[in-house]
Amino acid sequence: MSIPPVGPPFWLLLELTYKCPLHCVFCYNPTDFARTTQELDTADWIRVLREARALGAVQLGLSGGEPMQREDLEIIVAEAHQLGYYINLVTSGVGLNETRIHALKKAGLDHIQLSFQDSTREMNDFLSSTRTFELKSKVAALIKKYDYPMVLNVVLHRMNIDHVGEILGMAERMKADYVELANTQYYGWAWHNRERLMPTRAQLERAEEVTGEFRQRMGERMRVFFVVPDYYENRPKPCMNGLGSIFLTITPDGTALPCHAARMLPGIDFPNVKDAAVEWIWRDSPGFNHFRGDAWMKEPCRSCPEKSKDFGGCRCQAYLMTGDAANADPVCDLSPHHHLVLEAIARAEKPPVEEKPVLIFRDARNSRTISGWNGSPRSSSSR
Amino acid sequence: MTPLSAASRPVIGRGFRLQWEEAQKAHVLLYPEGMVKLNGSAGEILKRCDGQRTMHDIVTDLESAFSTTGLERDVSAFVSLALERRWLEIHE
Repeated sequence: MSIPPVGPPFWLLLELTYKCPLHCVFCYNPTDFARTTQELDTADWIRVLREARALGAVQLGLSGGEPMQREDLEIIVAEAHQLGYYINLVTSGVGLNETRIHALKKAGLDHIQLSFQDSTREMNDFLSSTRTFELKSKVAALIKKYDYPMVLNVVLHRMNIDHVGEILGMAERMKADYVELANTQYYGWAWHNRERLMPTRAQLERAEEVTGEFRQRMGERMRVFFVVPDYYENRPKPCMNGLGSIFLTITPDGTALPCHAARMLPGIDFPNVKDAAVEWIWRDSPGFNHFRGDAWMKEPCRSCPEKSKDFGGCRCQAYLMTGDAANADPVCDLSPHHHLVLEAIARAEKPPVEEKPVLIFRDARNSRTISGWNGSPRSSSSR
Repeated sequence: MTPLSAASRPVIGRGFRLQWEEAQKAHVLLYPEGMVKLNGSAGEILKRCDGQRTMHDIVTDLESAFSTTGLERDVSAFVSLALERRWLEIHE
């Protein structure tokens, strides 16, 4: 595998804003999100949509933060629809009232992914640090009323994974078309809260069993995806199908990334759509070419027969755990750092009693504390 | 599920969208967070599944478009598979 030819960015994810009424402890957004003070305006987003579509982008995710916080969402959706995107809205449901859901349908929105934190009001409200359960249930009914396909997304972790049966029951009552039970991936806020979020192996196995039984009962009526926590695997996930292969994220301030979490990777100059055309960013920018092909790889990945299958796993996880983004993802049991994953699992089995870590909720105050930011805004251009 | 017959009128399933993608030079099926790239014959069959044409019409149309005969078996096999995957539906 040398440098492969650059194909289209099939997947375009626009993180329209970091503003979010929820404060979820497992959010993958960067912990320094409060630095972003300038969001792209409507005209910028529309230009990005046009340029990416011309490159062959076709699946569009509108996310955040909470995308309903953008008052121009309907305008963005209408333009995307006219360009031929399949448009997925990824929302907590907060702000999605009947007026807007109707307007979005008219604008051409194809699908809504609604997130729930748990099947119970108490846990949902606790984990998102808000009171949103009733509201989300109403939004679920509106999604069905306006005949959108509904994907119910629940991020799983130590505190709610034992409720998988109830969560699936809730999905059935809401007549969801798809359910994503996504075990927490440890980036951003989730990385800081890992000790409190990581399930035990027994919890995981039980959840998989319950999910399997439910799948059998539902047959073709509902698709259930169970995203396993990669810490419990022996081989890493083929993250983003290789960076710069099919996936393009634009953050609220216009920074273009090959994966939602990549901004944390040090020493890589990620371009901004305010300074450059999407075509140059995708095909030619150093940031996007950095992890294409395999020249960046170290051993054991470099000579590994599986490198074209998993691309060495996740660069962000390698960086977070080992301090070097070019190392093998420590999830791989061939990685010399695999013991770090085993140690984290061991701590999940036997959490230290004396020091109970505190959950850190995603909000602007904690963002400033964690990032040690003194209040000056992030510059809009990194070059 | 209604059994497939010559009179069935398949239509693209709810939540799926069929479109031609110039960048891929192929028809694709789009659905929540996913995409299937179709080969030439799958694309030709699916684009005729408009809920108006019957299976009989679709087969006749394909046979005439590609100046051939005896496509019924292959088309039925593909449509059955597509129904299973919910790419197609039959409203009757």
